[in-house]
Parts: sequence; structure tokens; C-alpha cells
Amino acid sequence: MSILVNRSTRVICQGMGKAGTFHALQCREYGTAMVGGVTPGKGGTIKEGIPLFNTVAEAVEKTGANATMIFVPPAGAADAILEAADAGIKVIIAITEGIPVLDMSRVKRALKQFPGVRLVGPNCPGVITPGECKIGIMPGYIHKPGPIAIISRSGTLTYEAVFQLSALGLGQSTCVGIGGDPIIGTNQIDCLRMFQEDPQTEAILMMGEIGGTAEEEAAAFIRSHVTKPVAAFIAGQTAPPGKRMGHAGAIISGGSGSAADKIRALEEAGVAVAKSPAELGITMQRAIAARK
Amino acid sequence: MKAHEFQAKELLADRGATVPKGIVVDSAEAAVAAFDALGGTPVVLKAQIHAGGRGKGHFPGSGKEFGGVKYLTKREDIAPVATTMLSFPLVTKQTGEAGQKVSRLLVQQAADIQREIYLGMILDRATGMPVMMACAEGGVDIEEVAAHTPEKILKEPVSPELGLQPYQARKLAFAMGFTGNQVAEAEKIMHALSKLFLEKDANIVEINPLVVTPSGVVMALDAKIVFDDNALFRHPDIEALRDPTEEDPAELKAARSGLSFVSMNGNIGCLVNGAGLAMSTMDIIKYHGGEPANFLDVGGGASKDQVTEAFRILLADPKVEAVLVNIFGGIMKCDTIATAILAAFKEVGFHVPLVVRLEGTNVDAGKKLLADSGLDIVPATGMTEAADKVVAAARSRRKS
Repeated sequence: MSILVNRSTRVICQGMGKAGTFHALQCREYGTAMVGGVTPGKGGTIKEGIPLFNTVAEAVEKTGANATMIFVPPAGAADAILEAADAGIKVIIAITEGIPVLDMSRVKRALKQFPGVRLVGPNCPGVITPGECKIGIMPGYIHKPGPIAIISRSGTLTYEAVFQLSALGLGQSTCVGIGGDPIIGTNQIDCLRMFQEDPQTEAILMMGEIGGTAEEEAAAFIRSHVTKPVAAFIAGQTAPPGKRMGHAGAIISGGSGSAADKIRALEEAGVAVAKSPAELGITMQRAIAARK
Repeated sequence: MKAHEFQAKELLADRGATVPKGIVVDSAEAAVAAFDALGGTPVVLKAQIHAGGRGKGHFPGSGKEFGGVKYLTKREDIAPVATTMLSFPLVTKQTGEAGQKVSRLLVQQAADIQREIYLGMILDRATGMPVMMACAEGGVDIEEVAAHTPEKILKEPVSPELGLQPYQARKLAFAMGFTGNQVAEAEKIMHALSKLFLEKDANIVEINPLVVTPSGVVMALDAKIVFDDNALFRHPDIEALRDPTEEDPAELKAARSGLSFVSMNGNIGCLVNGAGLAMSTMDIIKYHGGEPANFLDVGGGASKDQVTEAFRILLADPKVEAVLVNIFGGIMKCDTIATAILAAFKEVGFHVPLVVRLEGTNVDAGKKLLADSGLDIVPATGMTEAADKVVAAARSRRKS
């Protein structure tokens, strides 16, 4: 078992430009069933062995796709997400960085009309269930199948975490990059709920960062609903207030969103918080050992 | 991106909000002329800088007591005050010690104030919706109110499709204690604020304070706005309001090269791929006793040109005494990145120690390239070793 994506996931890529095509091929090489691409105007052609369609609806009809990876540039990305939902795609993974936040506000409200649709991202590295399905831009080979779930707002920091876990012999059930934007489709609590119910997942590593109060809310959820061991790290302990640290969502504003508040909330909920980003794997390992 | 107070007020006025009469000037003579044009009645001279806390700020070196907001009644006082404001940098709690040069003043007709109210709109991350906020105690630090007495702030979620609805504005206006004609006047300002926020993709719009004069006029006495950088592509009129003198030159330069850069006060420069790892690298430097000089995310690509530009930006900072490169090569292979680092290293001429930690795809090939180069680059394995080495390098430089 795993969450969101597995062996039977059939994936299309929306936005088969240079980056979209490159990553679609990388995913296919990893073993993902990459069944089609959508580029309006290119329908009926084949790119690098991937059949292209003009619309998502047509792609779904012809390929039976049930998941999508979105690389459409910011100005059209919100539309691409809604098109996928309307076509019946259930798992929508938006990699695109730089979508206007009000577009996401409107998309998030519009998605309520499509029950059962799950949006991950935007501005995220994607989702991988090691050995089964990779949808996103993460380097597949650093992952190993296993019992640890990862939830992260970041890209390369997640790879660092996976690398440390794999080096300790701790494989991963599913790694979800939830994205670094202020409004995202799937948050920490959504993932915690799914991982708590996933039989393959035995422990959870959560990579947070400054900005917003999502980690504090996740801490409250962990306290009341999560029985599996949880370890965490919060990036941005040295970040100055009011400055945007790369991610649009990573900003400390109005006295909230600081790393110290988040760490305190997590520790109070019994989460093992790594002091240093070099101790992500070992902190997870200790949290598991402490429960045995 | 931020805009100036006078720009925010113009945008609000265009959408039906009442604002005080004012004229923007860039010289002492023009300030006097503006005083005359406004009828010779009392005015407030307001320094136009993006940073907050202007009223409580000061102009070091000027020998004057006033800050960036000064109430004046006499014509002869206008020129000397304007000259001081335009000659010395204004230091506030938000500008840092160096302060911010003032190039424009808003000469605003002074208003008698009976009541002050706070009105603002932000994006509520929890609900994913814009929310209008009102507080009967205006003019104060709203963040203080939010922290200590949050129940005093009233909130109305605003539909991003429909905008603020008339019933919502009414609800807030009555809750704020407006009566008679003032209710409609206050509602007009709320609608202007909501329209501006939604039409121009703002992240924050604040009217603090919204005032009521003894004669019953309701108007926006001060205004602040922050726009969504990601939406500027569809608002060329807003992009045109950008004031480059307000931005950190290094941050501006970095943004042009597709780098995400934020200056800090430490002495260890860092260059990292990915925002989360870049923040974590700053954290681990601090954890090992050092102080980061910056946040710098070169993104997933990290081409030779980008690394070269990034090195130039780091080395231009005289505080930087050592540099740490921390790259987790995923799709971008470590040997490709090592080649870029070597080329950039030669091109910019390094004068401080450079520690490089590579991990990920083709890491062995990447490390070998660095080792075989014969250049003075300190290799590190793992983030702990990298942090230790760069902190030690910066310290030994300081001693020597």
C-alpha cells in the first residue's frame, strides 16, 4: 500500500514543453505509466513515444488516465488544473511555480464542485511511491521502498531527507511534496490523515518551513489523531521577518509563522524535531526506536 | 512588490474611496507651492518610503527632532522641514541603521481627527480566501492587537469571484459604530479596498487609520499596499509603480538573473539549490556557530552563468569572509554543477575560502572534478562537515 499514486496509476502530462517533456520521460524511465500528454494544437502527434492530445477530456477518453502532472506556465496553470478536474482526473499534481495566489484561491473554491479530486501543489516537486510510480521532478533513484512517509513543503530539502533515510536503510512508503505556496491543494493534515490510515506507513517525517500556521495546525492534529511516530524539521530558523525566502509562502509576517513557534507546537505534540538539517534521518530513526 | 503611500491612495481614490487632498513633491520649493495650492491651511509633510514606522523614525545627522511625518501650520516652516527630509536618510524600525533615502514628499491637507479605525485586507491561508479585517482601534499597531486582543478584530471572508458584498460592508460599518451618512461613506471605502485587492492581485492592502473628522467626513488617512509578485506579469500598470531606489541593489540584480536572494548580516555567504535547502543551510551555519550573510537559491538548474552571477553577488558583499556551496544534485547532475562551479570560480577570482558540498546524482564524478582542478576549494561530505569547515574558515580569516 501507499497513498495517492501506485502501480495502477495512469498519468498524463499537461504542458509538454521542454521541461514537461523532459520530466515526463524521466517519470516513464522510472516505471511510471506515462500514457499521454496534452498540448492544445498538437493532438494526434506523438512526442518521444508519448501520444499527444488537444484536451484533457480526450486524453482521458483515449488512455484511461487517472492522474496528471502539470507543467503549464503560471498564466495558464489555474485553467489547466480546472480542465483536469472537469475531465475526471482524480489526482492532479501541479509542479508549476509562480501561479498568482488569487488564481489558486479561485481554483481551490472551484475544486469543491469535484468531490474526490485531490490537488497536490502547486510549486511542488511532486509525489513518489518508490518502486511503483513517480509523478514529479525528484530524482527517482535516491528513493527506496519502505515504511517511512514524507510530507514536505520543499524540493531539494526533501531529497536530502530521502537520501539520509535511504542511507540508514529506512525506505519510504510515499513522499508528498505539498508545495511552497501560500495556498496549496493538499496540506500537512490531509497527508497525515492519509498516512495514518495507510498500512504500509509506520512512521512519518514532516519537513516544514517558516510562514503561515500550517505546522501548528498539523501539530494539533498529530496530538489527537496520529498514533504513528512523527519526526519533523522546520527550515528558516535564521530567516529575518518580512522577507520572502524563495518560496512565496515562506515569509514571517505579523509575528506569526516563525520557526520557534512551529518547533514548540510540534514538540508539545510529541513530535521529534531535528535540530540540524543533517539529522533528519537519525531523528526519524530515534523517534521510531523510542516507540519500541 | 510594495508601492508608496501616495500611489496606494491614488489607486483607492480611483475606485471611489475618499482620501485627503495632497500633492506629491520632490523639492522644498515645490513643497511650499503645494502648501499654497492646498489653500495655506495646516498640512502634514509625509516622507514617501516603503518602510513603516515613519512617524516614529528620525533623520540622524540632521540635528532635528522630527520623524518622517510632520504637522506644520506656518508657510515659513515648510521649506526647512522639506529640505531636511529630502537631504538625510530616514531611519525607522523597519529600515535598518542605514535608513532609506527620501526622494518624494506627500504634502497632505491636515485633518482633524475624531475617530481612528483600522481597515485591511489580506489573504487568509487557512481558508484560502481573502479576508477583510476591521478594528475600532485604528492608528495602532494592528499586529499588536492581533497578538494580544484578537477578539477586537472583526473579519469578513471575501469571495475572490464576487468581491465584498454590500451586506458584508454594512455589517462591518455598523459593527465599527458608524452612524448616519458615515455608514455609506465607510462602505464606499471598504468596496474600494476590496476592488483594488482583487483587480490588481494584492497580497495586503491596509488603511490605517481610516478616520472620521469632527464634521463627519470618513477618509483613508494612510494606506499601504503589497502586490503579489507572481501576478505582476498581468499588471504592467502596477509594475510601472516599482521604485528601484527602495530595493536592495544586490537583491534586484539577483532577481534579474533568475536567482532568489535575500541579504543578511552575517559573514558566511551561501549558494544553494532549492529554497528549503537554502533556508536549512543558513540554519545549519548558525547551528554550528556561524552567521549567514545571505539566502541564495539558484533554483534547480544552476547553469554556469547563474553560478558565476551568484558568486559575483556574494563576493561583492564586503562582510563575506567565506562561502559555502551546498548542492543536492537531482535531475541536475553533480558533475555538471562541479564544472559550472569551477568555471565560475576562475572567472570571478575568489578572494575568500570556498567550501563545496555536493551530494546526489554523479556525486563521485563531481567531487573528482573539484579535486583534480588544483584550485583552492575545500571539499566537504555531508551538511555537518560543510558547516563546520566554512565556520572554521571564516574564523581563521578573522584571526589572520
